[in-house]
Amino acid sequence: MSLRTEPVTINIGPQHPSTHGVFRLRVTFDGEVIQDLEPIFGYLHRGTEKLAEERSYTQVVTLTDRLDYVSPMLNNQAYVLAVEKLAGIEPTERGMYLRVMAAELQRIASHLVATGFLLQDLGAMGTPLMYCFRERERILDLFEMLCGARVTVSYMRPGGVFQDAPADFWKALHTFLDEIPVYLDELDALLTENEVLLVRTKGVGVLPAQEAINSSVTGPVLRASGIAWDLRQVDPYEIYDRLDFQIPVGTNGDTYDRFMVRILEMRQSLNIVAQCAKQIPNGPVRSELPYFPRPPIGDAYAHVEASKGELGFYLVSDGGISPYRCKVRSPSFLNLTILKDLLVGLKLADLIVILGSIDINMGEVDR
Amino acid sequence: MGPVLSENALYRPLYSFLDGLLPESLDWVAYFLTGFAIVFLLVNVLLIFASVFVFMLRRLLGLFQTRLGPNRVGPFGILQPFADLLKLLLKEDVRPREADPLLFTIAPVLMVAPVFIILAVVPFGRNSFLADLNIAVLFFIGVTTVSTLAVFLAGWGSGNRYALIGAVRAVAQLVSYEVPMVLSLVGVLLLAGTMSLVGVVEAQRIPFILLQPLGFFVFLMAASAEMNWTPFDLLEAESELTAGFHTEYSGTKFSLLQLGEFASVIVLSGSISTLFLRGWENPFGPLSWPEVLPSHIWFIAKIFAVLFLLIWVRATIVRLRIDQVMAFAWIVLFPLAIINMFVTAGLVVAWPEPTTAQLWMMVAVNWVVAIVSIVGISFLMEKNRKVPTTTVRLVKVTPEVR
Repeated sequence: MSLRTEPVTINIGPQHPSTHGVFRLRVTFDGEVIQDLEPIFGYLHRGTEKLAEERSYTQVVTLTDRLDYVSPMLNNQAYVLAVEKLAGIEPTERGMYLRVMAAELQRIASHLVATGFLLQDLGAMGTPLMYCFRERERILDLFEMLCGARVTVSYMRPGGVFQDAPADFWKALHTFLDEIPVYLDELDALLTENEVLLVRTKGVGVLPAQEAINSSVTGPVLRASGIAWDLRQVDPYEIYDRLDFQIPVGTNGDTYDRFMVRILEMRQSLNIVAQCAKQIPNGPVRSELPYFPRPPIGDAYAHVEASKGELGFYLVSDGGISPYRCKVRSPSFLNLTILKDLLVGLKLADLIVILGSIDINMGEVDR
Repeated sequence: MGPVLSENALYRPLYSFLDGLLPESLDWVAYFLTGFAIVFLLVNVLLIFASVFVFMLRRLLGLFQTRLGPNRVGPFGILQPFADLLKLLLKEDVRPREADPLLFTIAPVLMVAPVFIILAVVPFGRNSFLADLNIAVLFFIGVTTVSTLAVFLAGWGSGNRYALIGAVRAVAQLVSYEVPMVLSLVGVLLLAGTMSLVGVVEAQRIPFILLQPLGFFVFLMAASAEMNWTPFDLLEAESELTAGFHTEYSGTKFSLLQLGEFASVIVLSGSISTLFLRGWENPFGPLSWPEVLPSHIWFIAKIFAVLFLLIWVRATIVRLRIDQVMAFAWIVLFPLAIINMFVTAGLVVAWPEPTTAQLWMMVAVNWVVAIVSIVGISFLMEKNRKVPTTTVRLVKVTPEVR
């Protein structure tokens, strides 16, 4: 005897505990198995790219804070690099070191959020998330010392950063560098060998290397699939060619590898921050610039390895004080395109976990 | 007064008091009044315990999660559950248009009722129980199953698809875990030689957790699944189904559902204490030891010890997927329960009237069997895992010429 069954369509989001913002998925289930899925974006569209056309090159920095709001420093960095390339501005040495330090601290903070929420999606209600946020809080405190803001930092400027780090900052940074490895070990001990975590993430949502390249995903998702591609080493910008660090690369491309790549990247970032703190020269933090820089007519594209992948800014100048066109290549948006390929045939619980392991941010997807 | 109740520490004083007040011909009134008084007391004590448990859960989860937890209402926030309840009762009672009115309304009641009914057979102190049924264990298993029906009706009647998925998961999970749960109790019943919970406590010359380690393990797992506790909380799976079967509930009905859940956790902890931890007796040392603490205090202390263990688990472990949950019931717990049943049966046949030395030999045999079978099964599971463990390596890349 066979029972007559029919698929059920369920709306997941935009108001849902684990869609990481106002993301909406229309999913068709056969029982618990996913048959079809359609992502729907646009609930957080604020027209950042259009707004940038109305503001001076310096003012746009504040808009970039609001793109990926869990890693504003990296957004700042990508944008100011594009402006520098467009206008031919040479940033100061000390400014570049401060920018790299801020960016790496931000990478740790962003990966902590990603790890915490992945565990939350896996069903460990609260505890790992709280542990991760406790560490992130210390990084935000460091940012507060640097620029007075914790999330909407607007720290970087074309030509450097907007102010030098205060004397307190270095003391606090060294305490942080001493203590954070212990916390990371604690996280490691709690999570990486946990049997239930392993069965939930091993072999779930496998993204083969070729498919990863074809769908142009970047960041930890790409590296977990076994491709050693990190812009900091492949196309070194700022001072990354003077630093000694390694990049973690997975083999299976499953959820566990994406999780582990992030965990190991945090340690490498700590290493980078420590090296910067040692190497940093004295001098001005920002090169002299006119109040309204007017880049020559032309265009420029600059990219950085943001916490979620390649974040690029494409700027076109018509010789005026504001960009003629500003296009953001956001990693979250492109990483989301693999969602359907990964999910069809899996279960509802895997949907949430895989979405968490891709680590999207709706501020960046919708822009 | 029936002969069964003459020893009951609760019943006797109340009955003699009421009987003294009433004329000779109205004995039966005193009989009923006493019964109602005890039921009233029990129900209210369980309600108070449920709110104490909620407070304990929230504070302990807070401590586990490096935060404070509720600490504003009353001293140390102890009145928080009451404030929450008050808020819930004042909320509008929303019923979605799609919902089935009858099922939607009846489900919360069905959820709470069985929990209170089970309470009738759980002995909570020496000579203190509402009823000493001779089939109490069977009664307990049967009545617990009703809550499965309640969860399903709540999910189905809500007319919400999240709730429906929760309900479907509920039926699959709860029905599967009934089987290892019942089988794990067979060992206890064989050793005790009775199905009465009072009899089980009195039979525990050594706490059954020592004699039945495997049975305890299986029962604890199955009981966690029965009360939707982490890692088996698939029915409500907050990160997946928003709230599972009670997504659409609000106000009084929601508070009844929550009460049903928390009370069932308490009652199941009570049954674990009774079946495996020697109930109201001092768990350490032989039964002949003098009574250090009143028997009721021991029982409550044991309940809270079990609750603490459960809260600890809830704070740390991640949730399983539905197919893994089902596999765990049928591939891990079911064989373990069967092994336990046969080993215990063999031991009982070998030593029908065990002396103390023989009891300790039974303990040794059971622990060896438990450790070997658990390690063996986890070894087999390890072998079945297809993907290797360490997969992430560190590399350096040379800049590409552009």
